[in-house]
Order: sequence, then structure tokens, then C-alpha cells
Amino acid sequence: MDFLVFQYPMITVQACLDGILLGVLFALIAYGMALQWGVMNIINIAQGDLVILGGYIAYFMYLYGIHPAWGVIVAPVIMYFVGIAIYKLVINKVVDRDLFISILATFGISILFMQLMNFAFGADVVLANSGYGTTMLFDSNVVLPNSKIFSAFISILFAACLVIYMKKSKLGRAIRATAQNARAAKILGVDTEKVYAATFGINAALCGVAGALISITFTIHPYMGLPYTIRSFMIVIVAGLGNLPGVAMSGMGLGVFEEFADYILGTEFRIGSVFLLLVLILVYRRFKLSRKREYLK
Amino acid sequence: MNKNNLILYSGILIFGLAAPFLFPAFKVQLSILCVLIVLATTWNIQGGEMGYNSFGNILFYGLGMYLCASVQVGMFFPLAEWTESGGEKTFVHTPTQFFQGMAAGLLVAAIVPTIVAGLIGYSILGLRGHYFAICTLGLGVAAGEISGGIEIIGAGQGFTTPPFPDVGSLEARGEFFYFLSFFTLILTFIAVRSIYSTRFKLILNAIRDNEDKAEAMGIETMKYKIIGWMISAFFCGLAGGIMGGLVGYIDSTDVAFDGREMGVFMVLMAILGGKGTLWGPIIGATIFHIFKEGFWTFFLGWQYVALGVLIVVIVIYFPEGIMGWLREKYPERFGEVVDEKDRKAQVELK
Repeated sequence: MDFLVFQYPMITVQACLDGILLGVLFALIAYGMALQWGVMNIINIAQGDLVILGGYIAYFMYLYGIHPAWGVIVAPVIMYFVGIAIYKLVINKVVDRDLFISILATFGISILFMQLMNFAFGADVVLANSGYGTTMLFDSNVVLPNSKIFSAFISILFAACLVIYMKKSKLGRAIRATAQNARAAKILGVDTEKVYAATFGINAALCGVAGALISITFTIHPYMGLPYTIRSFMIVIVAGLGNLPGVAMSGMGLGVFEEFADYILGTEFRIGSVFLLLVLILVYRRFKLSRKREYLK
Repeated sequence: MNKNNLILYSGILIFGLAAPFLFPAFKVQLSILCVLIVLATTWNIQGGEMGYNSFGNILFYGLGMYLCASVQVGMFFPLAEWTESGGEKTFVHTPTQFFQGMAAGLLVAAIVPTIVAGLIGYSILGLRGHYFAICTLGLGVAAGEISGGIEIIGAGQGFTTPPFPDVGSLEARGEFFYFLSFFTLILTFIAVRSIYSTRFKLILNAIRDNEDKAEAMGIETMKYKIIGWMISAFFCGLAGGIMGGLVGYIDSTDVAFDGREMGVFMVLMAILGGKGTLWGPIIGATIFHIFKEGFWTFFLGWQYVALGVLIVVIVIYFPEGIMGWLREKYPERFGEVVDEKDRKAQVELK
């Protein structure tokens, strides 16, 4: 094996740290997806495009001279209302229908968003420069941009706030009740329509935060949405719905996997390897489940 | 086959054979229409009849496209040098070489995807519902990304398919591809129609309605699911091979594994026409293609926005499609026995 990764252990450390910091961001997006999947039973293909839209909000603040880190506060507010608007226009009509209908409808939204962003912001790869500098570790063998550390910290902060909010607040309790049994919640006086709208809004807001962080740490491009959707879907199915530590762990695992795939296979196969991993995970899951079924027989 | 059907089919056949001479300016459009109908009809085999909504048939389409072109070039010239020279015409196919290569290429383009479908079928078709949909979506995109990194088939810069040889007439290229796609369409229609009149279709419908129950009744569902997918893959590969020659240029994510365009089109066309019917995808594809070509030029640049809106509108307000709507309106025409009293009672209820 003459790969660089195995010859120089420091690169392995670098890849692991990069991957973990990246994975925290993925976990944040996946948390939003798990939330709406659990509550509304909808898989939102437009998840990644919401992320990219949040990124463009931060990028525009950067263009107008405001520090992009403030996007972490502005983007979720705007994205919350975008999410509510999407819910009112499209999602509430597909929420209790066949799952395939909702997948296809959100796929349509995804294409729509992709192209609108392409028109509004142009097809260039952009990033918002935060000017945070870098941190050197291990005799400057490992280089970590401070923006990545900042983004991981903010992601954890937002996730923690949301967890506490879901536990303590009235709306959070209503959301959890609806996730457990929508019908029973309705009987007990929960306005499920409002809960659904709020869930979708919160999900969009989380995507906004993640997008703003991605625009600081990495790059954004109108067509980069779908890989984020696939990553969050993958994290959710590996972790399972409602398993928060699992989401965090599998998010980081995916981040590390991607960094290593990048080093070993080459950057051009990075996205391809993510999609291939999805197929492999689903196939593995299918064989595991079928063995369980045979055992029951 | 009764008399009405005979008139209908012969009418369509005569129209199809005469079309390139009646509308010589639309030959390419008509060929694309034939390919679209093939794709929609074969998507319908799993999407409509079997209930397995696949976004991944684009995999077979793109595979067929690359295979057909590679065989056509590779039979006579070194493939690596061909792709390296890009659009430059360093090698020229003679007419005989071109047609021989095309025939062999189409054969490979049909057979290899079928084998691939058979091999991956056991693992992929065990997934249910949305897991299957997302998995096939991932397969299509992964294939596009990976083929975009392989040097010998042109990687990111694309692959030029052999140009049509000079056989004396300027119209020959359009006519050749039109008749090729039209005969593929007829072949597909005959195959699908004969499948739909056998027990096989009933088994597919049983899988759609309740797979566990079908299995409990003693049907080997997995076997039939794989066979259904293989039939789709066969025709998708063939359609891809023809489309590659027609377009003349293959790009990994924009032409071959174009999940954003062709991959969605085939689902959309089948749903627009009405999934789970023989004629639905054909009608849907025709209307969709006319709409697309008629209005795309007005939306220049905005076509994907229009496409996104179209998907959302069709899926939300029109999930049963045209055939489903007709079926609700005139159930007698579809061979459903309607009790007159029952209908009156329903009207009163409304």
C-alpha cells in the first residue's frame, strides 16, 4: 500500500480530525431530517437545498460587509419562514399520502430551488471568508482552520439548545406527542397542523444554521444540495429515528469515511463514494433484516 | 384482438412509418419521443404494476449509452485514443463499420444492463417502499459520479459517439435513427402488451397490493421482481444506446446518468399518463414531450423551474394521471361492471 495516508501517520490524524469536525455538521442536518421524518413521516429530498440556501444567506451578509458568522443567527430566522411557506404550499397536501408522493414532491421542490438559486446567485463556487485563521497542532503537522472548530462548536450548541427546547417547552412536548401518535395527540387537543408546520420550520432553521456554517468552512454551489440530503438520510437510517447519540456518532463516522475516501480514491470519487456507501448500507440493512425474518419463521 | 383494436394499431403503425416523410423537420423530435415512450412504459413495469418506485432505471439507460458507443468505437479503433482525441475526428468509420458496430453495440447495450439488473436485483429489490426509492436514486447518482472519473470513457470531458457515415443522402441519419427508435418502440409495446396479458402481470399486481400475502400464497415474489426489473433494464439499455447515437455526445452526469432530467422524466411521464395502465405511459410521454418542446423555448433558462413546478403540481393534484381520471369518469370503458343503482346512490350521496 503506497497511499500517503498509511505512510504518514500525521495525515491520518489530520483526516480523522477534519472528518469529525465535518461530521458534526452532517449530524446537525441529519437531526433536522430525523425530526421531520419521525413527526411527519416525510423524507425531504429538498433538505440539502435548504442547507445551500442558508449558506447563501450567510454569503450575502459577507458580500455586504457583515461578518458571515452572524449568518448563524440570521439564516435560521429567515429559513424558519421559508420552511413554513414550503409547508403551507406543498407539504401539508402530501403529509398523509403515500410516501412516494412526498418523495417526488420534495424532489420537485429540490429541482426548483436548485435552479432558482442558480439564477439568483450564479453558478460559481463561493465561500464566505471568516478570517479566523488556523490552529497548528503536533509541531504544525496538523492544520485545523479555526472556522471548522467554530462551526463544530456552534452546531453542538444549537443541537443542545434544541434538545432542551424539545424536552421542556410546550411546543416541544406537542411535537414529541405527535411523533408518538398523531391521532391520540389530536384527540388530546394538540393542533397537529400547527405542530407539523412548526416541525418543518425548525428543520429548515437547522438547515439554515448548517448552511451558514458550511459557507464559512467549505464552499457552496447551487447544485451541491443532493449529497447533503443523501448524507443526512444515511446518518438517520444508520442511527435510527430518535437516537440522538447515534446520529452524532454516525455523522462523525461518515465525516471520517469521506475524508479517507478523499485521500485514498481521489477527490473526483468523493461524492460517488458517498452515494455508493448509501447503497451498501441499505443492502446490508436489508440482509440483516431478512435474516431476522427467517429466524422468526 | 378485436376489430377496433386492429384498426387502432394499424393506424398507429401506418402513421409511425409515414411520420418522418410527413414531418421531415421533426424527425429528431419524433425519435426522442419514441425513446421517451419506451422509458416511461418500462418504468411502469415496476413503478406502476409492481409498486416499486424506482429512480434508478437511469442506471441502465446510461449504462446502455456508454456500452453501445464504446463497443461501436472499440470494435475497430483503440478506445483510449478515440476518447483522448475528443471531438477531433482522427478515426472515421466506414458505413459498414458504423452499422456493424451499431448492431453489436445495441446488442451489448441491451444484454449487459439486463445481467446487471439480475445481479443487483436480489440485494436491491429486497428493500421496501421509500428505502428502495432512495437506494435507486443513490445508485443512479453514484453511477454518474463514478463514470465521470473513469478516463477511458472520457471522464469529465465527455465521449463523442461515432458520427454518422456519409451514405449519399442528408436525410439518412434522421431516418435511420427514427426507424431504429420506432422499431424499438414497437418491440417494447409488443413485449409489454404480451406480458400484461399473462399471469406474470397478475403476480406483479399481487406484489404491489400486498407482498407478504402474495408470498404467503406461495408465489416466489423475489424471482418475479427480478424478472420484472430485468425486462425494464433490457429496454432501458436499448433506449440508451439509441439515444447516445442520436445525441452524438455522452457526458456522465448531463446526458447518460442524468437523474435530474431523464431519470425524473420517466417517472413523471408514467404518473402523468396514469401508472399501472398499458396506454397511460404512452399518452403521458406524448403529452409531456409536446408540452416540453412547445413551452421549453418560452421558458428559456427557466425550464428547470418549470419542471420543478410541474412535478409538484402533477404529484399533488394529479397523482392518478389521465388514465386514472378517465377510469373514474367512464368505468364501463375499462371493463368494470358498474351497478346503475350503486352509481345513482353515490351521486345522491355527493
